[in-house]
Amino acid sequence: MLEVEGLVAGYGGTEILHAVSLKVAHGQSVCLIGANGAGKTTLLRTLAGLIRPTAGRIFFDGADITNLSTSARLSRGLALVPEGRRVFAPMTVEENLEMGAFRRLWPRRAQGVASDRDMVFALFPRLAERRRQAAGLLSGGEQQMLAIGRALMGRPRLLLLDEPSMGLAPKVVQEIFATIRRLNAEGMSLLIAEQNASMALRSAAHGYVLAEGAVVRDGAGADLLHDDGVRAAYLGL
Amino acid sequence: MQTTTALLQVLSSGIGTGAVYALVALGFNVVFKSTGAMNFAQGEWVVMGGMVTALLIGTFSSVGLAVVAAVVLVGVVGLLSERLTVQPLKRPDALVITLVTIGLSIVSRSLVMLVLGKKPVGYAGFSGNTALSFGGVSIQSQTLWIIAITLAFLVVMHAFFERTILGKALRAAAADREAAAIVGVNVGSTVLLSFGIAALAGALAGAIVTPLTLASYDQGAIFGFKGFSAAMLGGLGSLPGAVVGGLALGLLEAFGSFYISSDFKDAIAFAVLLLILFVRPSGLLGRADIVKV
Ligand SMILES: Nc1ncnc2c1ncn2[C@@H]1O[C@H](COP(=O)(O)OP(=O)(O)OP(=O)(O)O)[C@@H](O)[C@H]1O
Ligand SMILES: [Mg+2]
Repeated sequence: MLEVEGLVAGYGGTEILHAVSLKVAHGQSVCLIGANGAGKTTLLRTLAGLIRPTAGRIFFDGADITNLSTSARLSRGLALVPEGRRVFAPMTVEENLEMGAFRRLWPRRAQGVASDRDMVFALFPRLAERRRQAAGLLSGGEQQMLAIGRALMGRPRLLLLDEPSMGLAPKVVQEIFATIRRLNAEGMSLLIAEQNASMALRSAAHGYVLAEGAVVRDGAGADLLHDDGVRAAYLGL
Repeated sequence: MQTTTALLQVLSSGIGTGAVYALVALGFNVVFKSTGAMNFAQGEWVVMGGMVTALLIGTFSSVGLAVVAAVVLVGVVGLLSERLTVQPLKRPDALVITLVTIGLSIVSRSLVMLVLGKKPVGYAGFSGNTALSFGGVSIQSQTLWIIAITLAFLVVMHAFFERTILGKALRAAAADREAAAIVGVNVGSTVLLSFGIAALAGALAGAIVTPLTLASYDQGAIFGFKGFSAAMLGGLGSLPGAVVGGLALGLLEAFGSFYISSDFKDAIAFAVLLLILFVRPSGLLGRADIVKV
C-alpha cells in the first residue's frame, strides 16, 4: 500500500531523515518507534506532504505521490493525525469534523459526509455528546478522539498516527488503542509513531526502529518486543 | 427638549461614523486573524473605494452600480496586493507582513494620487443630500444608508464565516495553519481571500462615507488609524469586536466633538487607543483565547 524508498528530508538546510525506506502492506498495522528527536514526526509530515523531500520516492498503491500536495494525497486515501492533536480549538466538535471532510466539500459537495460524521460519533460516543462544544474545551483524550475522527472524515485507507498516546492517562491510552485496533480490524492500514513502544508494538504486525533519522532495525512487532536491544533502548526494560 | 433633540442628532451621526469604522476594523481583523499581521494598507482601500466610486459615477449613471463596481474593483486590488507582496515572501511571519503592508500603503497612496488625482472628490448621497426629520431630529439620509448597508454587509459576513465551508476553512486556518493544511486547505489561498475580504470591507466603507466627507488620496492613514483603534477597542481579531469597537469609537468621537470641540475629534481616537492599551489590551470583547490542553 505504502512504499518509501530512500527518503531524505529536513528543515531548511538541516537534513533530518537520511535515506529512510519502509513499507506498509494493505490492511497492515505498522509502528515506528524511536527516541525523542529521532525523526518520527518529520517522517510522517513528509509522508503527508507537509515537507518536500530532497531525495527518495513515496509510492501509494503503486503510484508515485512524492510530488503530490497534501490535498491530493488525502484524495488518494492518505490522512495524518498530527502530533499534539492540533484540533481547531475555537471551532465546535462538529465543525472540526466538517473540516476533516474539507476536500470532499470544496469545491464540490460530495455525498456521504453526514453519514461519515454519524459513523465517527458511533465510534466515539463522547464526541457526539459534545458536538456543539468548542474543541479547545475538550479533555486531552477527547481531543485525540476528535483528531482521529477528523482524519477519518477524509475517508482514508491509510492512517498516519503521530503519538496518539502523548500526554494521556493510561486508561485513556487503552481506550484509544482499542479503537485503533478496531479500525485496523475493519481494514484500515496504519502507520503509528509512538514513544509508548510496548503498547505500539503489541498492536502492530510490523515495527521499524528509527534512530537519528535512519531505520536501524525492523521486524515483526512481537519479535521487536522481545528483542533485548530494543527492550533496553526503547522499552526501558 | 432642545438638548434631547441635539443629543439624538449627535447619537445618529455617531452611529453612522461608527458603522464606517466598524467596516474598516473588520478588514483589520480579517487579515490579522489569517496572518497575525497589522495591515497598514487597510486605510488606502477606504480611500480607493470613495475615489473609484466618484470616477465611475459618470460612466454608470446609477450610484448603486458605481458603488458595486468600485467595491469589486478594490477587492481585486486587495487580492493583487496579496499576490504581489505577501505571497512571494519566503518567511511570511507577522512582523514581516506588517512591514510589507507599510510599503504597500505608501505605494498604494502614490498610485491613487497619480491615477485618480490630488483633488478631493465627492458625490451626492444615495438619496440625494436630503435630511429626514423624525420629530424634530434631523438625520442625513446618507447616514441611514450607511447604517443599513453596514448591517447588510455584517450579516453576509457572519453567514460566510459561520455557514459556508470556505468561511469555516478561513477560521480553521486562523486557528491552526498546519492543521488546516493537514485537512487539505490551501493556507496560502486563505490569506489571499482574507486580503480580498478586507479590501471589500474597506472599499465599501469609503464608498458609503464619501458623500458626507469627500475622498482624497491622503486620507488613508487617518482611516487606517481609526479602524485600527476601533479594532483594538473591540478586541483584535474578533469580528463582533469590530462592530462594538467601531460603534463605541464613533459615538465617543461624536459626543466628544459635541461637548468639547470638533477640533479634538481625531485626538479622541488616539486617547481611546492609549486608554485601551493601558487598561485592557485585549479589548472590550477580548478574552483569554481558548487554549489547547
Ligand atoms: N520545524 C522544525 N525546524 C527545524 N528543526 C526541526 C523542526 N521540527 C523538528 N526539528 C528537528 O528535527 C529532529 C527530528 O524531530 P522530530 O520531531 O521529527 O522527532 P520525533 O522522533 O518526532 O521526536 P518526538 O518523539 O520528540 O516527537 C529534531 O532534531 C528536531 O529538533
Ligand atoms: Mg514526534
